Amino acid sequence: MSFLEFVEGPLFAVAAGIFLFGAFWRIVGIIRIGRKKDIAPPKASAAAGFVKGNLRHFLPRGIFAKRTAVHIIAGYGFHLGLFVLVFFGAFHVEFLNERILGFAWPTLPRWGFILASEIAFAGLIVLWVRRISDPVMRLISTPDDHIGSWLTFIMMLSGCFALQESHEMLRAMHMLIVDIWLIYFPFSRLMHAFTFVLSRGNSGATYGRKGMNL
Amino acid sequence: MSDVTDTAVRKFLEHTDSEAASFFEACVHCGECAEACHFHLSTGDPKYTPTYKLRPMERAYKRDKAPFSSLKKMLGLAPKPVTEEELREWEELVYDSCNMCGRCTLVCPMGIDIAGTIRKMREGYAAAGLVPEGLQRSAEFVKKTTSPMGVTLKALKAQIAHQEKETGIKIEIDKKGADYMATFSSMEVMGYPEVLGAYAKLFKRAGLSWTISSVAYEATNVGVQIGSAPMAKEILERVVKAAEDLEVKAVISPECGHAYGAIRWAGPNMMGRQFKFEVVHIIELLDQLRREGKIPAGTKDGRRMTLHDPCQIVRRGGLLKEPRKLLDESCDDFIEMKGAGVTNFCCGGGGGVSANPRAEELKTKAFSRKVDQLNGVEDLEAVVVPCGNCRTVFEDGLDAYEMDLEVIGLSELVAATLDDSDEKQG
Repeated sequence: MSFLEFVEGPLFAVAAGIFLFGAFWRIVGIIRIGRKKDIAPPKASAAAGFVKGNLRHFLPRGIFAKRTAVHIIAGYGFHLGLFVLVFFGAFHVEFLNERILGFAWPTLPRWGFILASEIAFAGLIVLWVRRISDPVMRLISTPDDHIGSWLTFIMMLSGCFALQESHEMLRAMHMLIVDIWLIYFPFSRLMHAFTFVLSRGNSGATYGRKGMNL
Repeated sequence: MSDVTDTAVRKFLEHTDSEAASFFEACVHCGECAEACHFHLSTGDPKYTPTYKLRPMERAYKRDKAPFSSLKKMLGLAPKPVTEEELREWEELVYDSCNMCGRCTLVCPMGIDIAGTIRKMREGYAAAGLVPEGLQRSAEFVKKTTSPMGVTLKALKAQIAHQEKETGIKIEIDKKGADYMATFSSMEVMGYPEVLGAYAKLFKRAGLSWTISSVAYEATNVGVQIGSAPMAKEILERVVKAAEDLEVKAVISPECGHAYGAIRWAGPNMMGRQFKFEVVHIIELLDQLRREGKIPAGTKDGRRMTLHDPCQIVRRGGLLKEPRKLLDESCDDFIEMKGAGVTNFCCGGGGGVSANPRAEELKTKAFSRKVDQLNGVEDLEAVVVPCGNCRTVFEDGLDAYEMDLEVIGLSELVAATLDDSDEKQG
């Protein structure tokens, strides 16, 4: 078995298993802590508030826009760019089709992939520079924040190197980093990709009961 | 681990329910909350970043309660234990620099309720005895007199007698079977007693049957401000018992921010049961009476006025439109300040900060945000502040910033502009 076959085969299977099981375990673990039922007579629906809270926080509020513009633009650029890369990059769709799902969907043309990459890279770099340069960010950041950023950055960079398919080892390196990223994910702050639903939803439900949609 | 640390951490963990856990798990340390916090904006000090204020509780959770915490501990990857030194260092952040106003939730991409979590964190601090002296003193006053300012029944009766003389309307105490039982904050009773007269005038016009309890006139709940659930429950029990003994249909929560949240939203949960009466905020009630035509608006006040949104009434209380409708009908020239409504700045004195002399300087600095908002309204003559606590903070703050602006309560304004022509004819 070649190194590439190993990182795309057994190691990927283990990494994906840890990712899925770990993320599921962590979400269930949070929910299982439980909370007392709120018995104050509500003015409106908590369930509707849960949904509205989730949707509302996708949109920044105008009054904060000026002070938070860098973070919002870089944040959306990085997250949307990464989403497009992962789920619409031709190599990724091909990999998922052949190895896991057994079906494919339309993919980005090469120029689209490059553009999405550039947006994602720019966003991630701006976010990280802000993390190391802004006094607030320096104070509140933990090693986990930096490890998550760097792992993601290296994963994207190695993906770019592998894009040309000039050398099998470049593809193997990319897959190795993807495997590490998948294993790291459920134990780290990268989990915010899932936990945001609970967080926004809980606040939304609390406000929703009071008849407010915040 | 010292007893103080042990107690605080135990309470932190006890109060980290799945809601608080979801907040700790979702925070990406993006720092956006700093941009919404008046303490950070007015000082520029990063330590006032709201999410940072939660750090000891977050650490305790991640070390001892979070999913995978046992595995991380085994591998030596868990966060370090919280120390007494850290707890003492954070006391200022938890009590002096957080009004639990909830503005940070609005800017947070994860929608984290930092204010609500600070409230839970204070449970650990209160249980460990790490509470600012000013708040401890308020708690002692409550034990002695039921009021955080030491307002006795005798003092209340004196204010009632004065207002009865002013208005010519009898205010009944302990009237069994009345429809409504009004409660007040100490600040109102001693600082703005005309609110008693305003209630008398408005309720007489509306034909409302109401009373004041001799044992539960105080609405302020220091237990909520300190973060002590047992104390909060004890204070609340007195009001609930009095209301149920008097067999009233509803308890009126006064123009006091946290008092409303304490009885309306937290109350039944603290008591573990629903009440036999409704809880209605005075603004809610006045708005309802106005819509029913029972307190029609008369000649409007001609001055240019703006409205301050008390955090616990508007953003965290759900009463956004009601004060605006009432003010619009009472004032000829009502103008909103920039950022009004749910995103309005806190006065800086809520959440027990105004009862904490140690935080005085910081509170005044934080008020600079409000000063900017007020200065943004041209030719402003008065500001309506429907919360007794905010009102004193405004008066102190305006004085500190040498601003000449009248501060008015909403109930008093509605009473002053009431159309009493029918009554006069009758």
